[in-house]
Amino acid sequence: MTTDTFAESGADLELVGIHKRFPGFTAIEELNLTIPAGSFFALLGPSGCGKTTTLRLVAGLEAPTAGRILVGGTDVTNQKSFQRPVNTVFQSYALFPHMTVLENVAFGLRRRKMADPLGKAHEVLRLVELDHLASRRPQQLSGGQQQRVALARAIVNRPALLLLDEPLGALDLKLRRQMQLELKTIQEDVGLTFLHVTHDQEEAMTMADTIAVMNKGRIEQMGAPQELYELPRTAFVANFLGQSNLFTGPVVSTTSAGVAVDVAGHKIVVPAARAHRTTGEITIGVRPEKLTLHSAKPIHDADVNVMGPGRVTDVSFSGVSTQYLVEVPGAGTLIVFAQNMTFGSDVKFGDEVWVSWGVGHGFGLDDDPADAPRFEADFDTRSIAAQRHLEGA
Amino acid sequence: MKHSISKWVLPAYSALALLILMIPIGYTFVYSFNDSLKSNITWRGFTLDKWLNVCNVQNGAVCEAFGNSIFIGVVATVLATTLGTMIAIAMVRYRFKFRSQLSLFLFLPMATPEVVLGAGLAAQFLSIGVPKDMLTIILAHTMFCISFVVVAVKARVASLDPALEEAGRDLYGSALQVFLRITFPLLLPGILAAALLSFALSFDDFIITNFNSGAVSTFPKYIWVSAARGIPAEANVLASAVFILALIVVVTVQVSGAARAKRLEKLHHAGVN
Ligand SMILES: Nc1ncnc2c1ncn2[C@@H]1O[C@H](COP(=O)(O)OP(=O)(O)OP(=O)(O)O)[C@@H](O)[C@H]1O
Ligand SMILES: [Mg+2]
Repeated sequence: MTTDTFAESGADLELVGIHKRFPGFTAIEELNLTIPAGSFFALLGPSGCGKTTTLRLVAGLEAPTAGRILVGGTDVTNQKSFQRPVNTVFQSYALFPHMTVLENVAFGLRRRKMADPLGKAHEVLRLVELDHLASRRPQQLSGGQQQRVALARAIVNRPALLLLDEPLGALDLKLRRQMQLELKTIQEDVGLTFLHVTHDQEEAMTMADTIAVMNKGRIEQMGAPQELYELPRTAFVANFLGQSNLFTGPVVSTTSAGVAVDVAGHKIVVPAARAHRTTGEITIGVRPEKLTLHSAKPIHDADVNVMGPGRVTDVSFSGVSTQYLVEVPGAGTLIVFAQNMTFGSDVKFGDEVWVSWGVGHGFGLDDDPADAPRFEADFDTRSIAAQRHLEGA
Repeated sequence: MKHSISKWVLPAYSALALLILMIPIGYTFVYSFNDSLKSNITWRGFTLDKWLNVCNVQNGAVCEAFGNSIFIGVVATVLATTLGTMIAIAMVRYRFKFRSQLSLFLFLPMATPEVVLGAGLAAQFLSIGVPKDMLTIILAHTMFCISFVVVAVKARVASLDPALEEAGRDLYGSALQVFLRITFPLLLPGILAAALLSFALSFDDFIITNFNSGAVSTFPKYIWVSAARGIPAEANVLASAVFILALIVVVTVQVSGAARAKRLEKLHHAGVN
């Protein structure tokens, strides 16, 4: 069945028990996912975790080893790619080199015998501000322009479900922000369902209604951006989406208000509602921007966790904030982000400091601490931070 | 000192090489205007007769041989290019049993001496009782042309990004539409080059043809036979005509290519401003 009308609205996508094995390699294992119609859904994960493979399965370019794919309630698992009401913006653009930009964009419309394909193609090209280059060949365009053509070529078909495989990867920061806004506007205007793959967490958080964090072929956690950031369920999510300070220790007491954990002699409390485990050895964490530095030991307060004394081992200034690394004996290295409220900073390299944060900001992970890397977080988050600096610069 | 030598050695050497290459062609061309009698060896004066009456001598034997060669060349090229293109696509895109053996078999006709190939084929036709005529020539030519087509087209298929065809399928193109609108146009330069090569190989093949042609005459065969008693000037006329035709084709392609590059350049500048 080829639909010969535009989709009136987005369709929901349902993946049920998807497995994908390549010869000698399992790319996706037991993937269950429901994306509601009309939502902007981001699939976030590190390189090689199976994002592109997931999109290819949905587009019909690859067949799942097991499981079913439903678009708008219809099982499309056995439909051919050209029969599915789905379009893809490819990671490599895949523009047809032997056609003009205009013909590239009109390709899908022509195959479906839509009325006035060239007029509609021009219209979409105006939307991505490329109409003046309509008669060029793709190889005569810059990387960013090619990417916008790829986007136009998919959007023009008004698919019920649009798959975007890192469509903004090649753009510079300014154009990327602009395109993010445009994409979001287009999605809201036409009400289509967008499945957006990216490994840029900031992009995922600003654009998506719902984010699924994928790792090694599985969904680690799914939810609204804020929810994922404030209450990560696993160490992987805690460090992939922003940075986290993670500690591991035995639970010493549990009340209705909080779970107290012994971390190298410090009693750290996490609200019971924010802890996924409440007994035995557990991993807890807190975001670096929630921490406050003190040059003297703060007076005791039941609502505040305190760690220290520790020593400042690194200070790096990054404009709006300063990042401190604080070595606390037994607990490891903590990352602290402090807003630059005064000129310079009053805490210097080598100073003795205490670190505190409100009990309400902590979270307890669902991971088995035996698997969770105790302090590996530091290396990970620092490299991610360094990368962000580079991208931001 | 050394510098000044290198300045003229290379041009002189190139000119000499070109001259030596051009002499036989020039000779053939000039002697197509020779007012010759039986043999075309001594210059007897200028005439256009041979060009004007090329098909009127020896009951048109020269023209018949020439026509046969063109016909065989076209049919063998069409067959070899079609089959070779399909084989090339299959070999790059699909993993099947005996794939590596197939590639060896395709290589063999290029590596085997033509005498062996021609004699072997002739023996096979004899043993299964196929009379030697136009058909056997076409079969023989198709066979050795396929190898060259596969090699030429395979390189092109390998460099074709599979994502392009996937994009075509994703954009509602059926398998046939994707082939006709994406795969084929992108392979076309390779296919055309392969077809030209096939035709050239078929047109001037003598050894294999001689083994498998029976009584049918082709242009190379005609020239070989008549060389014994002096090639008639009409053969020079046809050879010169082919040469001039090829020259025109090459020049046209070059000029139109340059013109297109210029046009694109202009377009590019217009777009930038
Ligand atoms: N055809 C294939 N055969 C074997 N393995 C494959 C194949 N395609 C992908 N893989 C493997 O599956 C895994 C997931 O690949 P995929 O392309 O989905 O990653 P990704 O999440 O899109 O990564 P990136 O962010 O780098 O694009 C990778 O480890 C990859 O090596
Ligand atoms: Mg990918």
